[in-house]
Amino acid sequence: MKAIQKQRPSDWIKVLPDGLFVEPGGFYVDPLRPVERAVITHGHSDHARPGHARVLGTPGTLAIMRQRLGEGAGAAQQALEYGETIRIGEVTVRLVPAGHVLGSAQVVMEHGGSRVVVSGDYKRRADPTCAPFEPVTCDVFVTEATFGLPVFRHPPDLGEVRKLLHSMALFPERSHVVGVYALGKCQRLICLLRQAGYDRPIYLHGALESICDLYRRFGIDLGETRPATVAAKDQLKGALVLGTPAAIADRWGRRLTDPVVAMASGWMRVRQRARQRGVELPLVISDHADWDELVRTLDEVAAPEVWVTHGREEALVHHCAGRGIKAKALALIGFEEDEA
Amino acid sequence: MKPFSELIDALVFMPSRNGKIRLLTDYFAHVPDPDRGWALAALTESLVFREAKPAAIRQLAATRVDPELFALSHDFVGDLAETVALIWPERPERANSQPPSITEVVEALQAAKRGQVMELVEGWLDTLDSSGRFALLKLITGSLRVGVSARLAKTALATWGGRDPNEIEECWHGLTPPYLDLFAWLEGRAERPAAGHGAGFRPLMLSQALEEEDMPALNPDDYSAEWKWDGIRVQLVAKGGERRIYSRTGDDVSGAFPDLTDHMVFDAVLDGELLVAREGEVAPFNDLQQRLNRKAVTARMLQDYPAWVRLYDILFDGEEDLRGLPLTERRARLERWYEAVRPRRMDLSEIVPFAGWEELKALREGARENAIEGLMLKRRDSLYVAGRPKGPWFKWKRGALTLDTVMMYAQRGHGKRSSFYSDYTFGVWRDGEGGQELVPVGKAYSGFTDAELAELDRWVRNHTVRKYGPVREVSAGLVLEVAFDSVHPSTRHKSGLAMRFPRVHRIRWDKPAAEADRLETVRRMVVG
Repeated sequence: MKAIQKQRPSDWIKVLPDGLFVEPGGFYVDPLRPVERAVITHGHSDHARPGHARVLGTPGTLAIMRQRLGEGAGAAQQALEYGETIRIGEVTVRLVPAGHVLGSAQVVMEHGGSRVVVSGDYKRRADPTCAPFEPVTCDVFVTEATFGLPVFRHPPDLGEVRKLLHSMALFPERSHVVGVYALGKCQRLICLLRQAGYDRPIYLHGALESICDLYRRFGIDLGETRPATVAAKDQLKGALVLGTPAAIADRWGRRLTDPVVAMASGWMRVRQRARQRGVELPLVISDHADWDELVRTLDEVAAPEVWVTHGREEALVHHCAGRGIKAKALALIGFEEDEA
Repeated sequence: MKPFSELIDALVFMPSRNGKIRLLTDYFAHVPDPDRGWALAALTESLVFREAKPAAIRQLAATRVDPELFALSHDFVGDLAETVALIWPERPERANSQPPSITEVVEALQAAKRGQVMELVEGWLDTLDSSGRFALLKLITGSLRVGVSARLAKTALATWGGRDPNEIEECWHGLTPPYLDLFAWLEGRAERPAAGHGAGFRPLMLSQALEEEDMPALNPDDYSAEWKWDGIRVQLVAKGGERRIYSRTGDDVSGAFPDLTDHMVFDAVLDGELLVAREGEVAPFNDLQQRLNRKAVTARMLQDYPAWVRLYDILFDGEEDLRGLPLTERRARLERWYEAVRPRRMDLSEIVPFAGWEELKALREGARENAIEGLMLKRRDSLYVAGRPKGPWFKWKRGALTLDTVMMYAQRGHGKRSSFYSDYTFGVWRDGEGGQELVPVGKAYSGFTDAELAELDRWVRNHTVRKYGPVREVSAGLVLEVAFDSVHPSTRHKSGLAMRFPRVHRIRWDKPAAEADRLETVRRMVVG
């Protein structure tokens, strides 16, 4: 009897103009344009785009999509809990926590005797607002590389939060405005502040409120938050205000009297990047794996082949070559990296 | 090192000038001698350590990090010191190795023998945190790039000591780090240090740009006019046998111009424009550029690009300080001095007679000579005061020329723009062998806002056709309207042309690249 030929993953997963296409399942993962069938890793707008006919994701991701995209969240939505298995066409699909934001998942796919994991965006450190990343051994690991350079080494979160609290103690009369990504970073920073003992109300820019409410519905305790937009100017003196990065850079941030402008992002590790954005207090808090964590994850999933979706792919591919791992950059365009 | 690295970090992130002054005054007030003096020396770029060169630092990093990963990181971060500071492996804290103070670092480096420097640096990098590593590397490579000029550091110092910054400038050149006498004076513990012995720098008087709407308020009779020459403003100081040429900011550039210092056989302080001139004929700025930023000057260079100074003003005649005299009297003294001394390689800046603003305007428009940038207007009664007072002196540049060009290459910037593609090489069309082709005519890295920079950066990333290290070649699709002061023949560029002061005037997102200007058009703009 002839041995069954194991199918190579590159034969059944393809990079098409619309995104990563899983042929025997007839679906895309995080497609860039509206498609018939999409599996979505998480709710950030560059991964969860509007207009797909059928969408599969975790209940968290689907809720975020409904909140942000309304009608565009997918004509038919199908929820899949972490760990549950489903068959789509000839592919077995399972969603596993990615630790990136609420609902974020890695897509574990099996077909023709091989297993491919598309990790989406992920991080490795503890986050009180989402389930922690679970490494799954596989034949091909599809990874991001947002912080795929050895200069990116995120310091401990709590130290960064203490930096913020220290500055607030040092300048009690100045309001502190922190730029945060609306989905994930905002809620995680609030939880970290609460863990560090900050129990005063936190003021939120309008663009952040709805996602915070959604997190609460999923059982995440954020303590007291108040809308910043309607707050009297006096109330904001010495207060902590969170806004989107665009809002703090704009007039919205400037209407506060002499604010300390902070930003919570992995990019803040590079001084000149922080300076470019006019940030006075950079906080290196990221929802992506840093270099050491990317490297550790590759070791843990032990995949003989790695595909890099977006970010600093060259360096990670180089690293893999040194470890005898076959690696290539997928050259997927369309994934943003601005506020990571 | 801790207070110094905290200062450097805070300065990097402090956007406002006043905020920077506050950070600096706070540092000077709380950090003791001699640490604060060495920090001041670092901020004013008065420290040089010969062996701590970028190449040596890169080599040191290569002993700890994969060279390919290092190169990629450096390209991304854009700054060598920061790359090394971030990428250097963290060591577990060791109780018996304390990070060094800034004074320890400076003294150890000054005492170090050849070949020991990098070993010292390596040891320090292992004891410091990432901020400390950054500050150390910035300190030893001698260029901090933290948004503080030497002038701002002196202003902060003056603010802290309750003095005028120009008082510090007056004595600055007689001082040496770590400036114990200066701090003693500013703290009221001692007299002001003597003005720089002999050939010290005196702060220059600078002009404001003239706005057309200011003109009706100005009486033409109050002003005298001179051509504004397109060279480098310098101060010539010859005193007691010492001869110095200072740039506008007080940097000593004497070493590069022996053909001038040889002839400074007089005792005076003069203000003028450094030019390259052949038999009194001023050459384009491009020629002068061949002589700038050179450590060694060859005989060939001296012969091909002879230096010249066109004198504007006289500050000291011998021991006599003339700065308190009105311009007309200083001018008379300058002319008298020139007649008596007849210095070689120097002439007097000509006074341009005019009856009214309209006539002057016509003169300005008519002046198409290459080396003329426009006109200077100086109040006849103006005293020579340091700084840039509004009113006594105006510069009135002639209108800029503009061209529609096509972006060809983009390169990452430095400092605050690192990791953004902010330097653009642009070209114009010409007939090539295979049809229309672009030929580069210049490079611009200013003239756009931060928001526009972000858009340009995105455009570059999305239209890259090839990468060469930090440079990206882009597809011919974006028209940049560039403004420049003049264009000259040049052998250094493929197009045979070079622009003076090119900057992005407008980004023509709307204009098809095929409609940009052609090389013939640029050639027609060459004058002189």
